[in-house]
Amino acid sequence: MGTEIKVEVNGVVESREVEGNQTLLSFLRDTLDLTGAKEGCNEGECGSCVVLLDGLAVNSCLILAAEADGHEVTTIEGIGDGENLHPLQKAFLKHHAVQCGFCTSGIILSTLSLLKENDKPSEQEIREALSGNLCRCTGYRQIVDAILEVVS
Amino acid sequence: MLLPELSYLRARSVEEALALWSEKPDARFMAGGTDLLPQARCGTCSPVCKGGDSSPPRTVIDVKSIPELREIRQTEDGSLAIGAAVSVASVARHPELRRHYPLLVDCCLSLGSYPLRNRATVVGNICNASPCADTSAALLALDARVAAVGPGGRREIDMGDFFQGPGQTALRAGELVVEVLLHEKYRGGRGHYGRIARRRAVDISTVAVAVSYFAGLEPGHRITLLSVAPTPLRVPEAEKLLDRKGPDAAEKAAEICIAACSPIDDVRASAGYRRAMVGVLAERGVRTLAVGAGR
Repeated sequence: MGTEIKVEVNGVVESREVEGNQTLLSFLRDTLDLTGAKEGCNEGECGSCVVLLDGLAVNSCLILAAEADGHEVTTIEGIGDGENLHPLQKAFLKHHAVQCGFCTSGIILSTLSLLKENDKPSEQEIREALSGNLCRCTGYRQIVDAILEVVS
Repeated sequence: MLLPELSYLRARSVEEALALWSEKPDARFMAGGTDLLPQARCGTCSPVCKGGDSSPPRTVIDVKSIPELREIRQTEDGSLAIGAAVSVASVARHPELRRHYPLLVDCCLSLGSYPLRNRATVVGNICNASPCADTSAALLALDARVAAVGPGGRREIDMGDFFQGPGQTALRAGELVVEVLLHEKYRGGRGHYGRIARRRAVDISTVAVAVSYFAGLEPGHRITLLSVAPTPLRVPEAEKLLDRKGPDAAEKAAEICIAACSPIDDVRASAGYRRAMVGVLAERGVRTLAVGAGR
């Protein structure tokens, strides 16, 4: 039995019928073809699926698509495109904070969620906000440097 | 990736949640879902739930759209009530909770990770009834009360009676926890939450010990142990001993804590390591409070 949902994704209202067992991550990737959010561990450990739900970073693998009904979702596709990058994305490029890129969209979105709550975070607060985002390439130093440059 | 077959139902009032449950008595109430959905995905409940309700959820009743469950409110007797749909992050940033119940805030900030805390709820954390439930370390010390509404009406369960075993609570079939209550007289306590895990974020604790002190209460000291018994555990004998302030109180309290726990060997640590660390963390907590530190 499907559920009718109406969810605003990157500013566009999407009305769809979803099954009870479809995750928000699957809805974004498989139904809407927004593949910026990645499927890593699928149990909330790695953070590669992080998106903003009503402005706050959440693991989209641990949310049902049906739960998003009536809410706003922002994915990396809503932050910038290949031509017009968000200042945070530009800083990531400058500081070489991206290697394989699998974790990057989740890290950018966790950071944006933090900056909404606290526009002048300390390095410790930045690291705390990224505690749910694993990066196996960079060792985090470049990522933290990029974010520090944007907040300074 | 899709989950195994799962029916999703949304309740907009407590009455509707109970009515939906009465039609589907195998349904589980869901708040943040950060424990329940991985259980649905695995097809079994998490290991901590073995011995409890080991069947994976097939139907969930989402309670996040029930307005009164989304609030932190003051009750008539001055208690603060944390609604069942209030996220761990909302508790951790709530000004009054930060000022008056800092141990609970510290426990909240130790749970999961930043995005998980934005979704997970305090009530869900205790309803999952894991022996490592971070928020229970504070809620047990605070003698919190769990308010549940079910077919028999509303009742309040003392936190000390809530956990019955791994994954098992005192809740009766069809009961929905609506809020957890913190009494006014516990304001202003100080505590120290010591936690050992393989990494600081995301991982559950290998051992955790909360030591707290509440002036004017009996007992004044509170000690809670996590991950070293079938349920989170208070240690009343150690608490009384600390209140008496005898010589070597910290060491003696730590010994009592070690004797009170019954840890197991598992993938995270051996029972022997856990026992030793209970002593270390208990002593550290007592000494931290004794020198006026802690929060």
